[in-house]
Amino acid sequence: MSERLETSERLETTGRQGAAAVELRDIRKSYGTLEVLHGVSLDARDGEVISILGSSGSGKSTLLRCINMLEVPNAGTVTVQGETIRTVMRNGQPEPADRGQVNRLREKAAMVFQSFNLWSHLTILENLVEAPVHVQKRDKRECLAEAEALLERVGIADKRHHYPAHLSGGQQQRAAIARALAMRPSIMLFDEPTSALDPELVGEVLKVIRNIAAEGRTMLIVTHEMAFARDVSSRVVFLHKGLIEEEGPPSELFGNPRSERLQQFLSRENRREP
Amino acid sequence: MLDLTFLGETFVTLIGGIPLTLQLTALSVVSGGVLAFVLALMRSSRNPFLDVPARFYIFAFRGTPLLVQIFIIYYGLSQFPALRQSVLWPFLREAYWCAAIALALNTAAYSAEVIRGGLNAVPAGQIEAARSFGMTRALAFRRIIMPLALRQMLPAYSNEIILMVKATALASTITLMEITGIAAKLISQSYRPVEVFVCAGAIYLALNFVIARIFSKLQYALTPEKREAPATASGNRIEEARHV
Repeated sequence: MSERLETSERLETTGRQGAAAVELRDIRKSYGTLEVLHGVSLDARDGEVISILGSSGSGKSTLLRCINMLEVPNAGTVTVQGETIRTVMRNGQPEPADRGQVNRLREKAAMVFQSFNLWSHLTILENLVEAPVHVQKRDKRECLAEAEALLERVGIADKRHHYPAHLSGGQQQRAAIARALAMRPSIMLFDEPTSALDPELVGEVLKVIRNIAAEGRTMLIVTHEMAFARDVSSRVVFLHKGLIEEEGPPSELFGNPRSERLQQFLSRENRREP
Repeated sequence: MLDLTFLGETFVTLIGGIPLTLQLTALSVVSGGVLAFVLALMRSSRNPFLDVPARFYIFAFRGTPLLVQIFIIYYGLSQFPALRQSVLWPFLREAYWCAAIALALNTAAYSAEVIRGGLNAVPAGQIEAARSFGMTRALAFRRIIMPLALRQMLPAYSNEIILMVKATALASTITLMEITGIAAKLISQSYRPVEVFVCAGAIYLALNFVIARIFSKLQYALTPEKREAPATASGNRIEEARHV
């Protein structure tokens, strides 16, 4: 417990450079009587790549899903690019006060899911232009051209007229990343993007994410890929039982883990990795 | 012995009943379909004031024979003077409209469950993806949920339409001269039930064959993702189909 940084201390260390893209303040989330996040504060500055680590049940996915309000926190505030999302309690459940505000936020913070969640009745190209055309009301021809370029970039341009079911897991996830990029988001949220993939397909997806990270877009990544987290992130956050146990630059966290929890976690993960 | 002339004449006479059979089917399937859609949405609601009445409606119409429903509407409603005075009476006193209403109310109960099943079968992850990209509930419903649900429910719904074609035969019990009504009249004139009913059965069979074909074509057209992938430059095909 003594190893844990105090919120105020952390604010000082993160507040110096760059505007805050995402600010999470004292986020609490419960399901029924079970509280999974016990007050987590986290800032992501513009252009930062933050990896969120933690064993299963630590609340890392829940924390990520609070950013785009797929999970609505019971307490605390979510601020994206200076705009704080207003929530209200309705029948004992937290709800966004203004759905329009949440939808505007979601256009800025695109998510990539563990299980891809491509729309199965649309081709890959249609998947990419669906939200830009119907949510952002952008010109369809322009969106199609941009989508083609994105598919080229993630290496599946030849699959543009295929349906998701025709693609391998790795290709589906690359398509899902391209779909998120097609929104021209300023923030990308990755929720265990390689956890549903066969081991031999993980590399191609990580390569694409690395490539995007190099562009300077703000990214928050929940992952189990330690080597990847180590060289892609500017900061690593280790979550344990719904609280931030330790955070800092990857060299520090991986090279010199201070808390016992993180040491245990890293030795377990290292054994798992080849 | 087989009397081909009689069979031929019977067949031609019975064909005259096809328009009424199809009319009753179309009328009940379309209006019943609209009602079914509303009922399915009510059933999917968490609000008990919507869910419970829909539940009760479905319970009542699935739990009683269609013949009883037709009789209640045709014979029963005229008992109420208020109804006989109302603007609806010109419709409700007609056997045609009574049959259409009974069939529509009945198919609505079954179709509501088919539609609800289709909506429930839409993978939650795909709905969540739609919401995560800023789609409003209405947009996600129109662009993602409904198209996916439609594909899921098509086989079960084609079944329901075929059942409706056959159910129109019950309209003959309240004087309507559709295929079965004409057949019953022919039998009372000729006393040859076997030939007449064989002809009638063959006509229903042909109608339903066409309907089944239309739906399987529709299903095929709507699910290109279930077919083989188009060839590409790299040429690799389905490596895995984990994502359904």
